[in-house]
Amino acid sequence: MDLSQLERLSEYAWRVPPRGGMRVPAVLYADRGLMEAMDDKVLEQICNVAGLPGIVKAAYAMPDAHWGYGFPIGGVAAFDPDQGGVVSAGGVGFDISCGVRTLHTGLAVAEVMARQERLAERLFQVIPAGVGSTGRIHLDEARMDEMLAGGAAWAVAQGWGRPEDLERIEEGGRMSGAKPEEVSARAKHRQRNEMGTLGSGNHYLEVQKIAEIYDPAVARRFGLEQDQVVVSIHCGSRGLGHQIGTEFLKEMAVAARQHGISLPDRELACAPIHSDTGQRYLGAMRAAINCALANRQILTQLTRDVFDEIFPGTTLDLLYDVSHNTCKVETHEVDGQKRRLYVHRKGATRAFGPGHPDLPPALRDAGQPVLIGGSMGTASYVLAGTADSETLAFSSACHGAGRAMSRHQATRRWRGRKLVDDLAGHGILVRSPSMRGVAEEAPGAYKDVSAVVEAAERAGLARRVARLEPLVCIKG
Amino acid sequence: MTWEHFRHEADIGVRGIGATREEAFAEAAVALTAVVTDPATVRPREAVPVQCEAPDDELLLVDWLNALIYEMAVRHCLFSRFEVAIGGGRLDATAWGEPVDVARHRPAVEVKGATYTELAVRRLPDGRWLAQCVVDV
Repeated sequence: MDLSQLERLSEYAWRVPPRGGMRVPAVLYADRGLMEAMDDKVLEQICNVAGLPGIVKAAYAMPDAHWGYGFPIGGVAAFDPDQGGVVSAGGVGFDISCGVRTLHTGLAVAEVMARQERLAERLFQVIPAGVGSTGRIHLDEARMDEMLAGGAAWAVAQGWGRPEDLERIEEGGRMSGAKPEEVSARAKHRQRNEMGTLGSGNHYLEVQKIAEIYDPAVARRFGLEQDQVVVSIHCGSRGLGHQIGTEFLKEMAVAARQHGISLPDRELACAPIHSDTGQRYLGAMRAAINCALANRQILTQLTRDVFDEIFPGTTLDLLYDVSHNTCKVETHEVDGQKRRLYVHRKGATRAFGPGHPDLPPALRDAGQPVLIGGSMGTASYVLAGTADSETLAFSSACHGAGRAMSRHQATRRWRGRKLVDDLAGHGILVRSPSMRGVAEEAPGAYKDVSAVVEAAERAGLARRVARLEPLVCIKG
Repeated sequence: MTWEHFRHEADIGVRGIGATREEAFAEAAVALTAVVTDPATVRPREAVPVQCEAPDDELLLVDWLNALIYEMAVRHCLFSRFEVAIGGGRLDATAWGEPVDVARHRPAVEVKGATYTELAVRRLPDGRWLAQCVVDV
């Protein structure tokens, strides 16, 4: 990215003053190295977002931002419904509520390594992963609607998980305002056999060791101890979310025109929050959030069953569950005034600071756990939300490493089989139905997650609590 | 007639080139399959009809690819041969393929949706047609 057009606010913050059609500035958080490596498209896209009606304060890009659809991935923007604010299907993305949850195993690294091979094999057998895989759960129309309205709370009521899981999930495990009736028959059909499946691409289930603790006090509050083992699950709303994204992108391209919103990029398709299309999208998108929460909840139970079989007595308590691709109604202080805003986070994590009322009591004084997924073979991180993040970016932080090269380049550079063997040599067991998929997700195809996380911390968006390194990776 | 992939930072671009618009659409569909697996491994055993309508050629391409993504998802199928007719903003097509066989197809990744990014349907200077967009994986 050419940095000459940007004002440097600090070592880790850059600003584009409003120009052309921009209604507010664009602010990007990253160090110089990450900024220089970012595609010019990120700048173009975040400036386009800054031109959408009703946008408040600024359009923000997180340190892991990369070229997305309409919005950059790693983009955050808030809209005021009473000032013509919009909701954008492109601003949420196709994989609605894709996210990460992390579970404590209570096991030490040595205990897991003694059964590592068997654990990898059993998880690979039990967790449906990859293209064409189906779950063992088949939902008829009535149960589908119950799931879309109930989210993880529905899954727990069906026996997948425990009631105490719910307070460790954003929205208490159930997104209110979901309207299953606004989800098309095609979207529901696409989901019928996909509950409890991981999907493919960058989705995974990892058994991870806690390799380093940065903040002992917060780590204790989060229940994280060095050389203990956790499990992280990264997946989303599967075919249902993809289909809703596809359908509303098309509908919103038409709606934007009808409402006199000129779009520099069709992918910015949006509709006023106070409009029929906007309201129907919100209802469907919230149902998709519930679908993702239910899906991660079901996968949690499948994981617990495998652990209980190999390590009897383990309970795999939930640390927290975060969603990356969402639009949520939140109260934020802007210029001294509290306002209800529609906050889009596309490839960005909500990161409430200490004391936020939406955090469960056990975590409230520490701030929200922000779970950052790495790529297979590298590291993942647990961060905590800061008080400053509210002013910096509507309480948001990065979500992962972000790709550094295309899938095509990755498959030309790496062979899946060799990667699996090399990682095994480093004590990491990778199991995947597709070796080409493994090559496309090669660790080297991603940016350095440590640099992203450090930039997020230095910028004040979130603070590092612990680094996690993989022991077993089930790749979709 | 030919197809290729083009670079996108996080995802992948599919491009079809043909003597006619219809051929370019069919080739773009082969490129879509190639995101998942080698199209040569997919036997054209079952025919699936696909119809869509859109106000212009570009939106029609997105609809066409999204219709195939939907059929692939709900039928757990892959397609390798396509016959496409376009007229009056409407596309009528047949896609031939077979159910996913993980051992034989070794599918790399699911496609979530076709996007408007780098979307183009146009004639090239040599008279052939190009149809392309980025797909989200």
